[in-house]
Amino acid sequence: MRLQLVRRPQHSSLMAAVSPLIAFALTLIIGAIIFIAIGKPPGAALYAYFVAPLTEMWSLHELAIKASPLIIIAVGLSVAYLSNNWNIGAEGQFIMGGIFGSLIPIVFPGFQNVLTLPLMILFGILGGMAWGAIPAFLKTRFNTNEILTSLMLVYVAQLFLDWLARGWLRDPQGYAFPGSIRFPPAATLPEIAPSQGGAHYGLVFALFVAVALWFVMTRTLKGFEVRVMGASPRAGRFAGFSSKRMTYFAFLLSGGLAGLAGISEVSGAIGQLRETISPGYGFTAIIVAFLGRLNPLGAVVAGFVLALTYLGGEAAQISLGISDKLARVFQGLLLFLVLACDTLIYYRVRFSAGRKAGEAA
Amino acid sequence: MKSIIFGFATALALTTAGSAFAADKYKACFVYVGSKTDGGWTQAHEAGRMQVDAELGDKVETKFVENTPEGPDAERAIERLAREGCGIIFTTSFGFMDPTLAVAAKFPDVKFEHATGFKTAANLTTYNSRFYEGRYIIGQIAGKQSKKGVAGYIASFPIPEVVMGINAFLLGARSVNPDFKLKVVWVNTWFDAGKEADAAKALIDQGVDIITQHTDSTGPMQVAEERGIQAFGQAFDQIKAGPKAQLSAITDTWGPYYVKRIKAAMDGTWKGGESSWDGLKDGILTMAPYTNMPDDVKAMAMDTEAKIKSGELHPFTGPVKKQDGTEWLAAGAKSDDGTLLGMNFYVEGVDDKLPQ
Repeated sequence: MRLQLVRRPQHSSLMAAVSPLIAFALTLIIGAIIFIAIGKPPGAALYAYFVAPLTEMWSLHELAIKASPLIIIAVGLSVAYLSNNWNIGAEGQFIMGGIFGSLIPIVFPGFQNVLTLPLMILFGILGGMAWGAIPAFLKTRFNTNEILTSLMLVYVAQLFLDWLARGWLRDPQGYAFPGSIRFPPAATLPEIAPSQGGAHYGLVFALFVAVALWFVMTRTLKGFEVRVMGASPRAGRFAGFSSKRMTYFAFLLSGGLAGLAGISEVSGAIGQLRETISPGYGFTAIIVAFLGRLNPLGAVVAGFVLALTYLGGEAAQISLGISDKLARVFQGLLLFLVLACDTLIYYRVRFSAGRKAGEAA
Repeated sequence: MKSIIFGFATALALTTAGSAFAADKYKACFVYVGSKTDGGWTQAHEAGRMQVDAELGDKVETKFVENTPEGPDAERAIERLAREGCGIIFTTSFGFMDPTLAVAAKFPDVKFEHATGFKTAANLTTYNSRFYEGRYIIGQIAGKQSKKGVAGYIASFPIPEVVMGINAFLLGARSVNPDFKLKVVWVNTWFDAGKEADAAKALIDQGVDIITQHTDSTGPMQVAEERGIQAFGQAFDQIKAGPKAQLSAITDTWGPYYVKRIKAAMDGTWKGGESSWDGLKDGILTMAPYTNMPDDVKAMAMDTEAKIKSGELHPFTGPVKKQDGTEWLAAGAKSDDGTLLGMNFYVEGVDDKLPQ
């Protein structure tokens, strides 16, 4: 007996729209089974994961802090992936954005006025763009695989940051411990509502870039160009679009946004340049981009869902003593089930008995 | 299908009601940087927490968060514990220093204790252990046991705590073998079994016949066991990972300290702004059994341990030269604690350039 995937002649647009919801529901059901298997009350565990973090104002702010960098990066990646440019190195671009932006308060600590923060953000974006331009250059000039080059540059960026935070940019009063000086208030991204919680203006950036890029992708010629070049570069060339220019556009945009997320995180959430500034946002954002169906607005929803699994993992540890590894299991399950649901929407499973002649080999 | 979903929904509704905390008990909480079963640093703190459960379990409830990344995630984890009603919170990694300070400022009624840091506040103390005393002893053992006179040191981050340990180890080794050499590999992580094991292999390939580590996993010990060389356990007795390899282990024994501090917090005698730095004599640090070595080496190690406990021997006693040959401690002079806590230089004989 064989299993075959047969493309459906027509797929249900309703199912396509609700597929992430089905995937989320399946994740909950499988999660409940896992909790029963390890002997924890499934109701309380799912509550701790997915509801408890939403019941308090400060926790909602924490959710926003966690979701903002994911959304900003994922929005850029969505556009890059739609154009068939596989930027896997957002983590490195995020780090370079954090470094470049931090240079202003660390190297020029006396420069404190209304221009400090805008300049830092500009530098952050430029840092991410510069790092993203490298794989774009290698791809367009030497036809190098951008998946590999962008990924490898992540490790270069991580070690570069580590070297800076222990050396040149280290706080001279820090007893030789790694990490820069704490940023002064003029270099700190302010909190939106300090009386309620710690969410900073990174959230505003996230919502703004999501809406702006949604508009670009659906309402402008540039958005059309991205889609055409992603679906069929040959057709795009007939329309007069350049695939090299598209590669640069994709990498500069996604790199710049990752850089924006990096400097927002350093300035808003951390408050200094440390030897590590990211718990893997650049990689998690890849899941966010796909979970959001490569749609900038979808990335907003997906970013909050992924952020919730982080926070929920912590809450479940505290209230029920459940291993934090389960948060990763949920993240993996969610991505797997989204892709599985998509497959079943576009394809039908067919069982056929026996092997046909000539297939024995 | 519908009935299954309905069943789950009902189960959810029913079990949610029972998730409230057991009330009335004092809550003592812990934040871990690694996994509570890492076989090293974090597991030693976990053992301390379990001792609290065993001794004070009828009055105290303990909670913990493990695998907490240093930085903003740590701040959120600590804040969540403070909001969950923890009376005292122990944050057990150097990198939790600024997050602990920030949360302590927000919750003046909660007591905080931060391990190995140097910042305190009205409701925040620091606690540390004189690990260097143990490192001096294992250095002496290495000086006797190594045939080649070269040891390998797997180091995490070039912070004073780690540099102090490297120096103490080498001074111990040189007290029995004045030509002893030390190679250092920096892995830039506290816990990464694969990376630590690779570093151990690289060191062995460079010709060292004894290794020690300032990282948290049992990876290096397992490599030592496979390659048939000797090694020292770190933070936790790692004899299971290296039954033939382990000579001894510097075992962090946080339990008595945690019990003492939680009792103080409950009866109101706890005071903020202090720094505690206990050593072998206080029992915060113990040596795992001396194994896989001749009796005379064992006797020497036990003698040194006794002398450090009695205060007769201070590992950092002159004459000691810095790596560049200049004098650091004159003959008979002892280092003060401040210099040790800010240590950013090697002593003579370290075959490595300190990352600056």
